[in-house]
Amino acid sequence: MSNNKPLGQALREQGVSRRGFLKFCATTASLMALPPSMVPAIAKALESARRPSVIWLSFQECTGCTESLTRSHAPTLEGLIFDNISLDYHHTLQAASGDAAEAAREAAMEENKGNYLLVVDGSIPLGNPGYSTIAGISNLEMLKEVAEHAAAIIAVGTCAAYGGLPHANPNPTGAVSVEEIIKDKPIVNVPGCPPIPVVITGVLAHFLTFGKLPELDHLGRPLAFYGNNIHDRCYRRPFYDKGLFANTFDDEGARKGWCLFKLGCKGPVTYNACATIKWNDGTSFPIEAGHGCLGCSEPNFWDMGGFYNALSESTMNLSRTAAVGIAVGAAAGTASGLLNRRKKSKAEAAHETVSVKDLQREDKS
Amino acid sequence: MNSMQNSLKVEIGGYHTGNIPPLLHEIRHALRNLLDNGETTTIDLRSLPMAPGEQQQLLDILGKGEISVHLDALGKSEITESIYAGVWLIIHYNNNGEVMGKFIEITRVPAILKAQTADMEESLAALQMRLEEI
Repeated sequence: MSNNKPLGQALREQGVSRRGFLKFCATTASLMALPPSMVPAIAKALESARRPSVIWLSFQECTGCTESLTRSHAPTLEGLIFDNISLDYHHTLQAASGDAAEAAREAAMEENKGNYLLVVDGSIPLGNPGYSTIAGISNLEMLKEVAEHAAAIIAVGTCAAYGGLPHANPNPTGAVSVEEIIKDKPIVNVPGCPPIPVVITGVLAHFLTFGKLPELDHLGRPLAFYGNNIHDRCYRRPFYDKGLFANTFDDEGARKGWCLFKLGCKGPVTYNACATIKWNDGTSFPIEAGHGCLGCSEPNFWDMGGFYNALSESTMNLSRTAAVGIAVGAAAGTASGLLNRRKKSKAEAAHETVSVKDLQREDKS
Repeated sequence: MNSMQNSLKVEIGGYHTGNIPPLLHEIRHALRNLLDNGETTTIDLRSLPMAPGEQQQLLDILGKGEISVHLDALGKSEITESIYAGVWLIIHYNNNGEVMGKFIEITRVPAILKAQTADMEESLAALQMRLEEI
């Protein structure tokens, strides 16, 4: 549960010196992509910061986002989670299970009403509430219930931010993003498949430091990390400017590290921090490993016309196919949406859960 | 080496973002500013795109000067003055030895090396108590 002790005091009690604290602040500033000149302001804010309660909900996802986060090397995940935030609910990481886990979630919500941070990974199926449930509660119902008294929501990963893979054409589950459901809470999108771990922790650190979400772009992404496109920050950019391209993955251009634009690199239309922060402890990123950017932090990246098609190639037919698919999906979604709303109203009335039998009934009807 | 190995040969190095000369100019401007106005500058090396090998090239140009300090606070830190007086390279590691941050600081003495007032006050009280026990 949340600890009301200010962070500065908590760290000192753990034997962390001011030098250690300064180091923590310097790396936190770097983590949040803030200028080093901000370190004194960050130190001042963190000194009196209090640990927020965090509830993490995982819906239609592959756990890749959690995998990414737990490999974060930034001011140490263990430090961030265990010292600086109070992670009160996370299916994968928590020891409790079953009723005890749900009780922990409800207790955290009650105790920190209006102040807790809700982190969501995974998209939410609207097609049939039973496509994804937790303790028999549909994702949609659980999201609405937990979001109601959250201070803010962080949608981690492209699935939670824009629908991601489950939302890809033809979107069989009617998957949608968090912001398509929750309209009355501040939401920050941290897309990526998965997102860079320090970007996840950076947003958490920003909330911890300033008590509010960072500045966002038009797609709800923090500008500090998504303000530049991959292309502009790519070390292969000079080859693009000189017109030097790899045409296949094993030609002279590929061997010489020339630009991967013709091999389908989506860097010019993808906003993310991979080219500077990089992956695996700053070792490398996909383009450095010889493969073009897939554009995984952009909405609908699965349906952008083929990973290996150059951006300059026409995608008109593909777009039209996708549009028709979306229209059909939307019609199907509307029908099932009506059914779901009836079901949900009924469920809300009695706080009823959705069982496998309910699903089988709906499939037959 | 057979023909298959030849065809798979990947050439590394030779990539240039062109970011090293401007970065060195930025350091030069910061050093001028330190001398003229006493203002310090910190550059976060993570914020610039670098081709493979370029960061090492930069560190080779800066070289190792007279002072190298190891700090042990929330993991190790290496603080090294370059061959250019007043230009310091600071690398912070976490407890697992992974790099958490890499900075170039243009200053007389990096801030993290100075004894902090609050730490000194606590030390004073601790020393006082120790003396009373003697």
